[in-house]
Amino acid sequence: MKIAVLSGKGGTGKTLVSVNLASVTKESIYIDCDIEEPNGHLFFKPKNYVLESISVKIPIVDERLCSGCRICVDFCKFNALAFIINKLIVFDDVCHSCGGCIVFCPEKALSEKDKLIGIAQCGVSENVTVVTGTLNVGESSGVPIIKKLLKDFPLGKEFIFIDCPPGSACIVMESIKDADYCIIVAEPTLFGVHNLNMVYELVKLFNKPNGVVLNKCLEGENPSEKFCLEKDIRILGRIPFDQELGKLNSNALIAVRENQTYRDLFSSLLQTVTKEVQHETVTNP
Amino acid sequence: MKIAIPVDDKSMETSVCQSFGRTPYYLIYDTESQVSIFLDNSAVASQGGAGIKAAQTIVDNQVHALITPRCGENAAKVLMAADIMLYKTINTSIKDNIAALNNGKLSLLEDIHPGFHGHGG
Ligand code: SF4
Ligand code: SF4
Repeated sequence: MKIAVLSGKGGTGKTLVSVNLASVTKESIYIDCDIEEPNGHLFFKPKNYVLESISVKIPIVDERLCSGCRICVDFCKFNALAFIINKLIVFDDVCHSCGGCIVFCPEKALSEKDKLIGIAQCGVSENVTVVTGTLNVGESSGVPIIKKLLKDFPLGKEFIFIDCPPGSACIVMESIKDADYCIIVAEPTLFGVHNLNMVYELVKLFNKPNGVVLNKCLEGENPSEKFCLEKDIRILGRIPFDQELGKLNSNALIAVRENQTYRDLFSSLLQTVTKEVQHETVTNP
Repeated sequence: MKIAIPVDDKSMETSVCQSFGRTPYYLIYDTESQVSIFLDNSAVASQGGAGIKAAQTIVDNQVHALITPRCGENAAKVLMAADIMLYKTINTSIKDNIAALNNGKLSLLEDIHPGFHGHGG
């Protein structure tokens, strides 16, 4: 089963939840789709890395062949091309690699070239296969990397955890597209509710079965919990706000590998989630 | 000299539009003949790269200078490749800006902002 872990902003505990859930299984794959700031690997410290570079195709013009007809400029829906003083300019960062301009150029003046946009890495940390994608600084779209991570690596394991990018942009949609279940991690603040709502709307849009993990729980009022009760959202579990967990986390240690209390906490969370997913497949096969 | 200004409406009395790429119209004004024409901005509804397309329109109209409150990176690249001067507006009045240009009182636009490229949101 593919389980996506989401949150409205970074630092909510998305990585904490996905890393620990992955670690508490017998065997699993953890995929870090937070490609602008992947940090799951800091916890897993995976061994036996394999590296792969990821590139997209962008057009390149042969000026000797170009007649200046501008068919390509008019064709490009993304306005990635401009024709200025007898010269075609390609805006790499705006191009979506659709390839259309190359097909429609009557002079065959355009061809494709590879542009490196990031890397994918895969390694092993005890029971977890760790897959990480990193987008090069300055690149605007990481969607091709997410596609690659989700398509090429996850094979054959019972549990796949997808650590999604924060927010609700198209890169997040790409990350949850094929997920069987979505876990939203929420903080107990008013701002946390705002973020929770944003992600919840997205997950609903994709019609994904979902539940919320309440992180950093303290005594007293929890606005995110209240929100869940009002909207009838399933609460999967609560992670307390305690010093020990904070310390393990800031030392980049995986709590369930260090401490039995947390192992029990995340084991029962995993059980709850598994039941939810199985329930979903029975009722909506 | 021909100049371009992004404007909110097809009139000399309207104000300067705050966005170069997404403005509804451009005023093309000839400082010698004092003839003004208004162009529709076909880039206004584009998914992304509006600045690039808008800049292409400006270049195609043989404009020498653009007066605008702001301009994105990619659009600036197109305009500079065509040797178009970029000036910063002093206020939202079209006439004030034209007068300031004629008197050599406009300064060059320096803060070019990075684009959003329609990926985020
Ligand atoms: S379609 Fe081909 S020939 Fe026409 S402007 Fe584009 S590159 Fe040049
Ligand atoms: S490949 Fe597609 S998006 Fe890129 S420049 Fe050509 S037409 Fe535009």
